[in-house]
Amino acid sequence: MLKDITIGQYFPGDTFVHKLDPRIKIIIIIMFITSLFFIKTFPPYLLILAFILFSIWLSKVPFKYVLKGLKPLMIIIGITFVINVLLTKGEVLFEIGPLTITKEGLSQAVFMALRLIFLITGTSLLTLTTSPISLTDGIEKLLSPFKRVGLPAHELAMMMTIALRFIPTLLEETDKIMKAQMARGADFESGNIINRAKNLVPLLVPLFINAFRRADELAIAMEARCYRGGEHRTRLNELKLKKQDIFAIILMSIFFGFIIINRYTGFI
Amino acid sequence: MVDEMIRIENVTYEYSSIGEDSQLMAIKDVNISIDKGEYLVILGHNGSGKSTLAKLMNGLLLPTRGNVYVNNMNTKDEDKIWNIRETAGMVFQNPDNQIVATIVEEDVAFGPENQGVPPLEIRERVDEALRIVEMEEYKKHAPHLLSGGQKQRVAIAGILAMKPECIILDEPTAMLDPTGRIEIINTIRKLNKEEKKTIIHITHFMDEAVEADRILVMEQGEIVMEGSPREIFSQVEKVKNLGLDVPQVTELAYELRREGFNVPVDILTIEELVKAL
Repeated sequence: MLKDITIGQYFPGDTFVHKLDPRIKIIIIIMFITSLFFIKTFPPYLLILAFILFSIWLSKVPFKYVLKGLKPLMIIIGITFVINVLLTKGEVLFEIGPLTITKEGLSQAVFMALRLIFLITGTSLLTLTTSPISLTDGIEKLLSPFKRVGLPAHELAMMMTIALRFIPTLLEETDKIMKAQMARGADFESGNIINRAKNLVPLLVPLFINAFRRADELAIAMEARCYRGGEHRTRLNELKLKKQDIFAIILMSIFFGFIIINRYTGFI
Repeated sequence: MVDEMIRIENVTYEYSSIGEDSQLMAIKDVNISIDKGEYLVILGHNGSGKSTLAKLMNGLLLPTRGNVYVNNMNTKDEDKIWNIRETAGMVFQNPDNQIVATIVEEDVAFGPENQGVPPLEIRERVDEALRIVEMEEYKKHAPHLLSGGQKQRVAIAGILAMKPECIILDEPTAMLDPTGRIEIINTIRKLNKEEKKTIIHITHFMDEAVEADRILVMEQGEIVMEGSPREIFSQVEKVKNLGLDVPQVTELAYELRREGFNVPVDILTIEELVKAL
């Protein structure tokens, strides 16, 4: 059962969006998020909505899949909505006991909820169309200019790669230890929350000890394979910008520029 | 004259444990010379110092006393350490703990990437290494979905891609099932016979040692026996006294001889025994 685990929520594909350079995708997402925060009125949201729908259509990721990413965050969106409805002052629409609901509050709440929904769908579209490996590659390359001020870009990326590599291994191990402890009478399923947490100790201790042992062995194996940090390292698959990457970033810049200009001139 | 791959000169290695004055001597004044192209098996049970010996051979550990030379480079020479590790690649026991990347081909590329090999050549080396271990079709797979034997072959490919002259395998089959063990043994034989790599295979499975050119038996940090598989396993009693087993066929021949049958002492394979009988 644990063997079927997928890392991240990558939805494999071979579309224009999938093939974009991860660096470009990250930059596009940053521009997208920034532009969201520059929007203060409802009409530009139509542009954002069009952008998202267009990207989903291009990436051929099923619409359901994108919406699934919203589910765990529904509570946060709900809370934001309620707080905005109740706490914004303005023209009173109706009152329920001590609670007043205003026209401004209602529109503010819808506005904020939409902003969150766009934010989440936009970013999950990035993780849906980019494999974790190319995502870390992209992050490493984007951060590499900051190496000069002491940011360990390569090390960060290497840590992420190794973490991704070991998630399934450690999950399998957890499963194994859990079964071994259950066979000897451990109970992970009953009792209140405190008892359950206590019962996890015999699971966590061997898991941690094993993880440390693994880390040690991995470090030795990496050293035996001449690993000595990011200096002088080459890559099997170098990231190279293609025409379509340039095209995408130019398109995005126009979109971004339009949103910003619109913020201050307000023609839509 | 045959060139020397690794020379171990009067090497002693001590583990010092923190908080204790007593030191554990893992290797005691050992001398070994390994020729290029040789297939050497080091036998010994747990704690005999065989893994320590392996780590001394590519500079992961440095001798307390004595010197280790790999291709005439001293492992104590810090400037040469990466050359030494490129020359003597090492495969470890647990395949899970030596795979770095989440895709097979990226993992095989890890070594050459560290060496600073240009991308196009890395591609060639990766394909070549995966072809040798017969894992080409799993190129794009995630390592955690492979079997133990397959994972270990990926690990071997990762070392092969660095183009070492010598491959040290530290109990590569200890964590594998019988099928996985056969896969690895076949791969090792192929590396030695077809790719002409010097092989140093550390194990405690006797039947894996039959194919070797030479066997060293270690006990408490010392070499207690040395010779060809025939020479070693014909001394059934001595091997058993060291707490090791001899291959099943050899043992059967030994028992038959004790019962008065006329069977030669140096039987290693089933075919030989069948012939002798």
